[in-house]
Amino acid sequence: MVRRLRALGLTMPLLAFLFAAFIIPVLVFLWQGVHDDTYARYMSHSTPVLETWGGVSEPTEAMYAALQKDLVQARKDKTIGKVATRVNRELPGGRSLFTSTARRAARLEAPYKEALIDLKPAWGRLETWQALRVAAARYTPAYLATSVDLKYSGDGSIRRQDEKRRIHLTLFWRTIEISALVTIFCLLLGYPVAYLLSNLPQRSTNLLLILVLLPFWTSILVRTTAWIAILQGNGVLNDLFVAFGVIGDDSRFSMVYNRTGTLVAMTHILLPFMILPLYAVMRTVPKAYVQAAHSLGANGWVAFWRVYLPQTLPGIGAGVVLVFILATGYYITPALVGGQDGQMISNLIDFHMRRSLNWPLAAAMGFVLLVLVMFLYWLYDRVSGIDRMRLG
Amino acid sequence: MWLAAPDALAGDLTVVSWGGAYTKSQVEAYHKPWMARTGHRILSEDYNGGVSEIKSQVLAGNVTWDVIDLDSAEGLLACDEGLLEEIDSSILPPAPDGTPAEQDFFEGGIGSCMIGTVVGAMVFAYDQSRLSPGPTTIRDFFDLEKFPGRRGLRRSPKINLEMALAADGVPLDQVYAVLATAEGVDRAFARLDGIKDQVVWWEAGAQPPQLLADGEVVMSTAYNGRIFNAYALEGRSLAIVWDAQILDFGNWAIVKGAPNLELALDFIRFASMPENMAAQVSWISYAPARRSALEMVGTYHANPELDMISHLPTSPDNMKTAIWQDTEFWADHLDELNERFNAWLVGE
Repeated sequence: MVRRLRALGLTMPLLAFLFAAFIIPVLVFLWQGVHDDTYARYMSHSTPVLETWGGVSEPTEAMYAALQKDLVQARKDKTIGKVATRVNRELPGGRSLFTSTARRAARLEAPYKEALIDLKPAWGRLETWQALRVAAARYTPAYLATSVDLKYSGDGSIRRQDEKRRIHLTLFWRTIEISALVTIFCLLLGYPVAYLLSNLPQRSTNLLLILVLLPFWTSILVRTTAWIAILQGNGVLNDLFVAFGVIGDDSRFSMVYNRTGTLVAMTHILLPFMILPLYAVMRTVPKAYVQAAHSLGANGWVAFWRVYLPQTLPGIGAGVVLVFILATGYYITPALVGGQDGQMISNLIDFHMRRSLNWPLAAAMGFVLLVLVMFLYWLYDRVSGIDRMRLG
Repeated sequence: MWLAAPDALAGDLTVVSWGGAYTKSQVEAYHKPWMARTGHRILSEDYNGGVSEIKSQVLAGNVTWDVIDLDSAEGLLACDEGLLEEIDSSILPPAPDGTPAEQDFFEGGIGSCMIGTVVGAMVFAYDQSRLSPGPTTIRDFFDLEKFPGRRGLRRSPKINLEMALAADGVPLDQVYAVLATAEGVDRAFARLDGIKDQVVWWEAGAQPPQLLADGEVVMSTAYNGRIFNAYALEGRSLAIVWDAQILDFGNWAIVKGAPNLELALDFIRFASMPENMAAQVSWISYAPARRSALEMVGTYHANPELDMISHLPTSPDNMKTAIWQDTEFWADHLDELNERFNAWLVGE
């Protein structure tokens, strides 16, 4: 008991650190994906009215009057920009509708319904008000719906997104696909290298390990750009092909700015994450077992498949999980070499984080990605048993 | 955050900009003379655009940046979100002939949180050693029969949709009115469809000159300053086509709660003097945001023979075929059109 407490005490600093610096911030961020009170906070008159309104019937004069009051106030408080940005996410064009109406709201007179519709015909449309109703809700499924190509409407219904705007599910699927391919390539390329490393004399091993680690210490941007120089139409590889007459000068391969480029560059960048756990496990596999298998009559393949490979499974497990999970979050490399069919969901998350400042949608997409990866992890555990995973 | 303790002392002004030749031009034209005049130090930081860093600083209540150089769309977004200080435009000095700043700046150059500093253009460029005679109009860019070969375009709906409509025959002053309709958007995408399988999509501003130099593309959209650098400084045989160039401001803004608000205002006022704006043009081919500065523009620092005026987006000749980017339009429609654009990209 005391020993266990002591052990717990020793891990406490790390746990506390993880909790404060990782788990809490992640949860707080994900919380944004379902909780957004921008509208409710700054539009105090229209929010309760919109909540009681069902989203189906004709908007009433009371709703218009409450909106007018809020717009005047929001303009005075200089919060109109925040509200307009929030509404724009539910209603493209809603930003300018709000800001331009707010500029003139103070001069409007009752009845406000007529006055507002007169100013901007959009105020007479039911969709405008339904969008406001979605924006006014403090807890909303709207962002989660958007992140899986659904549209949550003000009347409470959920429909599929307009066909021309469906993009998220495609990108989630593509992310899984590219990550899986990269993982497979890393395994195929990394396994022989790790085997070589673990069977060489210590001195040569160290030299080779440095070669494996060297790219690790180089910036991702530099490595990605290097691949562009190698793979592009007038790049090193194509020049070699042409020089040796493999292909004609006008039929050069396109190996970059497409999925091929993404796969090659990502495989190279993630390879060390496969090699290192494999190497760590292979070093502990006694050579005597394979020799015993041979002496009992197994040929090379059988000895490898039945005796050696099973002993390296923990390393394969660790490498596969590590590479796959890292790959799902990659965005710099696909952005630079991905072209039109190398994009991943993380590129869109990056767009909403940095460019459109739509953090709630980024959070919702991040949540979906997290759930997806956790599901795959669970599946992997069921199939291969995570307790067999070992990092060395 | 004590972890990221900046080494700024009280009274040091932090100015954040895009780095490279652009920041260099600001250092030469603004930072050095301002430091000499006021005795305060400027810490120059680089960033890659985007407003998430400002948002994080403001939300965390730990603002270390004072002045930042933002493009108009991101400036508007940050202003809407309350991440920027409002700037009273009465601090801006008048033109030498007494014209008030409000009339001397190009229209849209003075916002409630932003003061324009340069006018940059998105143009398309080609390599003269590979294409002769070269393209002359935006139609040529979309014409694969007349000019076969790959095209470089930025992976974003912005710029591309406008240029596609211009190439489709929409008069330049009506591009945004057409783009605001569903049919207009369809029309733009249909035009892009025509070159889709020949496009190399770029992401960073440094890529287009490289793509052109490597022969990966025969034409590419690009920032005019990047192409200028390639031919004026590096001696490459690149040329700019100014037809349907799309203009946007680079703007000074002050982060909400900036530690040195007064100094920041003084810096922006100083940098907005026409003669200082004109000095910046000796270092980079982005035009000054005020008309009076355009008349004082001189020659290139690396080549005293090279008059800068004809290389600027706002020179009288180049202005004839210019479109001013409509920031309000993109604030309304970027999210929607970005989804549509990405769906279009992955579609067949």
